[in-house]
Amino acid sequence: MFDNKVIVENSLTRVTSAEAGFDGVSVLARLPYYRGLGLSMVENIAVTVDDKLVAREDTLFSVRGNTWTLDEMETEYGDRWNFGEKAKVLVKLPEGLDDGEHDISVAITMRVSYLPFVPTTKDTKRLALQG
Amino acid sequence: MTIKRGVSLYSYQNETFLGDMTLDDCIRVCAEMGANGIEVIGEQSFWGHPEQSIEDAAIEGWHESIKKHGAVPVALDFMIDYKRYKGRIMTLEEQVESIKKDIALAKRLGTPFMRVLVSIDPDVLVAAAPFAEEAGVKMLVEVHAPLHFDHPWILRHAEAFDKSGSDALGFLPDMGMFLDKFPPCWKARFIRNGVPQNIADYIEKAYEDRVLSEYVIQNVREMGGTGPSLGMAETLRHNAAYAPERMLPHMDRIHNIHGKFYEMTEDCIEPAIPYERIIQVLTKGNYDGYICSEYEGNRWIEDAHTVDSVEQVRRQQKMLENLINKYQR
Repeated sequence: MFDNKVIVENSLTRVTSAEAGFDGVSVLARLPYYRGLGLSMVENIAVTVDDKLVAREDTLFSVRGNTWTLDEMETEYGDRWNFGEKAKVLVKLPEGLDDGEHDISVAITMRVSYLPFVPTTKDTKRLALQG
Repeated sequence: MTIKRGVSLYSYQNETFLGDMTLDDCIRVCAEMGANGIEVIGEQSFWGHPEQSIEDAAIEGWHESIKKHGAVPVALDFMIDYKRYKGRIMTLEEQVESIKKDIALAKRLGTPFMRVLVSIDPDVLVAAAPFAEEAGVKMLVEVHAPLHFDHPWILRHAEAFDKSGSDALGFLPDMGMFLDKFPPCWKARFIRNGVPQNIADYIEKAYEDRVLSEYVIQNVREMGGTGPSLGMAETLRHNAAYAPERMLPHMDRIHNIHGKFYEMTEDCIEPAIPYERIIQVLTKGNYDGYICSEYEGNRWIEDAHTVDSVEQVRRQQKMLENLINKYQR
């Protein structure tokens, strides 16, 4: 559900070492689910940039001013990704990324207690890098 | 004894997810349809819960909207994330502690009923029942396909509830378990996903003929079906045309109902779920409570169509109103 609404349109932004401590990009993303979910149950966020998969350890999640690595999220029991909330997914790209259009995909894997499987929902959009 | 009309705000998830409708908008459109009972998913309509407390202002806003539109709080749908900790299931004590937070939220919202997911162990609910009794709320297990009222898991719940002696434990049947026909919007979606027409037609017919899901899956495989075709066949594992009459032995514990639907035609017909028969059964069982619309077609059409949840719910409410008037006079 919400498969085509995970990535927020026009949200691809450059991230610089001056502001974040690393070079890369970020996109805004929403949890593909009809409710929110505690962060410890977000099992993975797999990002590809022009079909190249970013390593898990080079991916970060940020919401309401707090930032976690994906490993840190697994033991975060005090915060959540709310329904419809736009979170920032940041990826480190030491080689940088040119201005212009890029194919970005975000695949979110959730551990949902009542489901007899672990769903992954993937959205792919072509976004223009600005700034 | 009357059947009353309500809406689960689950129905408007497409619009609320995108920020196109506020909580107040949702309650207003329900009341405008004469569906004044409101069921709400705590983790959808309110941010923060259960990890953090919901701000008082949000709860006050809920009560203001309920009052302004002449609506009635009916149910809080809650989740127990018993897989919160990776690699282990929460203990019974941890699950009861989690439920206590939801009971407190139900009390703040003023909902007399709480929807419990069907996968929760009855021992957890029996242990939590005294806290629900104290708060004056009832916890209702959602009997949802592929489970049904004759399944041993549900019978185990019924036995545990009876043995507990608590009237704070009951059931909330989801009408999707009476799926009579293969929903046309599912078939269309699977065809868009690449299922060949002949295989889609076969699965639809096999469902109407009540063929066992395992045989259908095997036959689809022999027809050369792969990925999406097998996915379409496997929906038969999760759905079946159980008999609405099987609710009757449990009527004393049924206090709320999910009016699940996948699509309503322009002339207000749900092609797959037999609502006329359902209303007749509920009338026979003297059901006294709400049927809350639960629109779940959004996820089946969003890839190709604009979702209009409000219009879909309006059509279902029209159908329910007509059927209630027909059988409850």
